Amino acid sequence: MRLNWWKLLTIALLFYAVIGGFLLPVPELSQLGETIRNLYFHVCMWFAMMILFTISIIHSIKYLNNKSAVHDIKAKEYAAVGSYLGILGYLTGAIWASYTWADPNNPAYASLGSIMREPKLIGAALALLVYGAYFILRSSITDMDQRARVSAVYNVFAYAMLFPTIWIIPRLLPSLHPGQEGNPALNFNDIDARMRMVFYPAVIGWTLLGAWIAGLNVRLEIIKEKKISNV
Amino acid sequence: MYKLNKFLLLLFVLTTSSYTQAQEETMANTMRSNGKIYVVVAVLTTILIGLIAYLVRLDKKISKLEKE
Repeated sequence: MRLNWWKLLTIALLFYAVIGGFLLPVPELSQLGETIRNLYFHVCMWFAMMILFTISIIHSIKYLNNKSAVHDIKAKEYAAVGSYLGILGYLTGAIWASYTWADPNNPAYASLGSIMREPKLIGAALALLVYGAYFILRSSITDMDQRARVSAVYNVFAYAMLFPTIWIIPRLLPSLHPGQEGNPALNFNDIDARMRMVFYPAVIGWTLLGAWIAGLNVRLEIIKEKKISNV
Repeated sequence: MYKLNKFLLLLFVLTTSSYTQAQEETMANTMRSNGKIYVVVAVLTTILIGLIAYLVRLDKKISKLEKE
């Protein structure tokens, strides 16, 4: 079997992200130190999540237009991988924060519990819970057409909820998390040129990896559907 | 499957040879320079190779199922 060009690209970009991410030079900042390299991994999880959720909502809207079951399967699988990457982003963020934000000399930020009250973290958790409800909603409806229709409509709502929870409200409140002004990591002035050389390829690589996994799940679901309809 | 075995054999040869090397000269090879960051890179590369090999195998299996 020969792999598609974009699967080979995924592999190449991920190896570049891991090898270049550790060996290429980064700016030396007192509080972050080497942890600044987490940009290539932690931040990429959220970027990939956002892109996969966008693919998911496009398929939901397509489903509502033409009622083809394939779009429903795709919407579900892309949302599933997106949520998974979001959870990984949350966990890696918790590890990162506990070694950079936590400050034993400052009682307000002494423990992990005090840090995790960040508006950005609460917003991200809310967004993930909204998507969690999407899967609970799906599994609670047994009729296939009804499930597809209701969950497609809910998916549009869940995507809309991403904007207040992870884009708007966290920016209105003071936060330790970077990216308070403007678009974090997308702004050309707030990310070092040397890091951009690894960061953007890494975002593409992780997103493609997510799309690859979601694509496999979609193909598996289609095979299952065919088997059920043949029996 | 044959390809995978060949790959594992290569990996085994590579790891054992680097092990004997490390016993002969305990200092100043690449893996021990720069605060041993290359060791971290090697570990992560191995994990990535493992994960991607798994994904490729899964892809193959699903392709086979689709043909049936």
